[in-house]
Amino acid sequence: MKKLSKNTKSNLITYGIVILAYIFCEIFMRTGHMSSLMKGILVPLCVYVILAVSLNLTVGILGELSLGHAGFMCVGAFAGAVFSKCTAEIISVPTVRFIIALLIGVACAGICGVLIGIPVLRLRGDYLAIVTLAFGEIIKNLVNVVYLGLDSNGFHFSMKDAMSLGMEPDGVVIIKGAQGITGTPTDSNFTIGIILVLLTLFIVINLVHSRTGRAIMAIRDNRIAAESIGINITKYKILAFSVSAALSGAAGVLYAHNLSTLTALPKNFGYNMSIMILVFVVLGGIGSIRGSMIAAVVLTLLPELLRSLNEYRMLIYAVVLIATMIFTWSPKAISLRERYSPAKLFHKEEKEVQ
Amino acid sequence: MKKLLSLAMATILAFSVAACGSKAPADTEETTTGEAAETTEGAETDSEGAEDTEGTGTAAEGGVLKIGGIGPITGGAAVYGMAVMNAANLAVDEINAAGGINGMQVEFQFEDDEHDAEKSVNAYNTLKDWGMQVLMGTVTSTPCTAVVAKSAEDNMFHLTPSGSAVESIAQPNAFRVCFSDPNQGAASAQYIGENGIATKVAVIYDSSDVYSTGIYEKFSAEAANQGIEIVAAEAFTADSKTDFSVQLQKAKEAAAELVFLPIYYTEASIILTQANGMGFEPIFFGCDGLDGILAVDNFDTALAEGVMLLTPFAADADDEATKSFVTAYQEAYGEIPNQFAADAYDAIYIIKAAAEQAGVTADMSVSDMCEAMKVAMTQITVDGLTGTGITWSEDGEPSKSPKAVVITDGAYAAQ
Repeated sequence: MKKLSKNTKSNLITYGIVILAYIFCEIFMRTGHMSSLMKGILVPLCVYVILAVSLNLTVGILGELSLGHAGFMCVGAFAGAVFSKCTAEIISVPTVRFIIALLIGVACAGICGVLIGIPVLRLRGDYLAIVTLAFGEIIKNLVNVVYLGLDSNGFHFSMKDAMSLGMEPDGVVIIKGAQGITGTPTDSNFTIGIILVLLTLFIVINLVHSRTGRAIMAIRDNRIAAESIGINITKYKILAFSVSAALSGAAGVLYAHNLSTLTALPKNFGYNMSIMILVFVVLGGIGSIRGSMIAAVVLTLLPELLRSLNEYRMLIYAVVLIATMIFTWSPKAISLRERYSPAKLFHKEEKEVQ
Repeated sequence: MKKLLSLAMATILAFSVAACGSKAPADTEETTTGEAAETTEGAETDSEGAEDTEGTGTAAEGGVLKIGGIGPITGGAAVYGMAVMNAANLAVDEINAAGGINGMQVEFQFEDDEHDAEKSVNAYNTLKDWGMQVLMGTVTSTPCTAVVAKSAEDNMFHLTPSGSAVESIAQPNAFRVCFSDPNQGAASAQYIGENGIATKVAVIYDSSDVYSTGIYEKFSAEAANQGIEIVAAEAFTADSKTDFSVQLQKAKEAAAELVFLPIYYTEASIILTQANGMGFEPIFFGCDGLDGILAVDNFDTALAEGVMLLTPFAADADDEATKSFVTAYQEAYGEIPNQFAADAYDAIYIIKAAAEQAGVTADMSVSDMCEAMKVAMTQITVDGLTGTGITWSEDGEPSKSPKAVVITDGAYAAQ
């Protein structure tokens, strides 16, 4: 048997974790051992995993800090939800409708990623972070003032209020400004979510280990050196940024089809969310795909599992965040971990035997 | 090794904080009023007793009815969720002390949703795991719209105390206690038009808030029928709610005789102060969101003189039910209840009335209970804090008349 390379092995473990988690959840669900809370949280978990993995592409692989990730999610969510709401009666198969909505959402978020990436990626470091933060907020605020209606004459658009759409009596207001979209068909389910997670992992992992990925990482590690050997910096930067944006658009579509209401609040599409995703990435380990996946799952589950502590749960959640951060990133904690890690101990013994 | 130790210490600290936390509320209650502490203790033993009977399986008292509540008790909208939770607990304790519903003791559990649709669905699922049979929630509109889709799937009886958006009760299993937003907007326009209060009206509203825009849209639609001219419609958002001089200036330039404020009282208090500062003195007219304006810190209540508002509940009304509710609420929680508290208190009693009408028993399935209570809701008439002779139609909307009050001498006076 051909020996697998270290990379392939690691990737297979990542896919394996997802597939195993899916099988376990399905078994629990089928046998009725899963609580309603867990059933309800499965799709959001997939959403956050996709977001964390896609942001890791920008932060970990491209090495640029982006604080506007929730903005792209917002674009994807609204684009997908508008499509689904308009075609809820025309296309009766939920899966087909969802796949088309997904493609539209991904395309819109990807185009936004390219458009925003062209000016933004001229900047570096802190400046880039600030500008992406601003773009994320602009997207959210734009969505908040859009009114979109559909009647027999086609689409009506306004940025003032629902009355100024001037629709026929049979018209339906699809986006109601700050009140967002209500009545999106809830087409997403856990199986679709897991398939999307696997697709995201497949895209990101393959991108990272391809020629393109190596070019992107070269830019991260040394921009001047990368430029000197003829790597087109702008092209690869925009490529990574827009793929990351498109994937978060997919997460947005999944999110929009899980709940029947969709509003662009600071909480779900504002900088709060962007920072939340960044926390997943940083806690899971910048550049580690599997790490950000696990961090997203743990940090989303934690506040729900702590519900029994009532109002103290958010406090405990914060304490856990700080403790994890110290454990994973403090230099002393790292040296401590290395000294006592089982792999290291095992390795030492091996050495002694030799 | 030191690091490990400090980590361990941090964990221990965290847990001890949690342990203290669960004890703290009881302590404070004991120190405030002995009576309040006694009642809560009584309630605790009651619910413990109920749990015991459930545990042993002897349903001698007719079992337990589990009512769940959802609302924000952390975050920006926490004040509304807290009011609902407190008032609902008060009503549940009263009902249990008086013998329960159809002989069933009531258990009430409240879950936090942080005013977030996604968290609200999680809270709903948590309550379902706990064994909720009837849902009293959610407090805010957007989360309510998300939850109602889920409760309709399970066919669970759903009564929202204060989710006022039209979509919040779009499903047949859902009813509400408060007015819907459009109802308030139309009622305001009709009131202004029929009483000839003003013809030139300016509106300042919060475009990022469902409640505010919902009222505004219906108001402007109805204003045309009432011969009211809207001379200025100025919006603000949640991000820009500290300075209203631009909006007020526009209203002043348009020579508005009346400024309609379909917003919450915090922003309204700033508007009143700023209008006074620039010498602009129109009539101010608001909806139930203005209830509470007299209690704003550092707000000169003389500025609110002559402000008119439509509200279903005024804490200083002198009817017997309101008085005893306000006294009990103040004793238990040390503050004056607002309209949300009144809605929640009514909601629990409405559930009681509907359950008694439907003859609900503890061993009925959630879906059967919902079907029976859905029918009962259209048959009952409830006299509550937020209206007398309230009836419901099949679409879940309450039918009650709004009361207009004018603020005179720092207090509400019925109009």
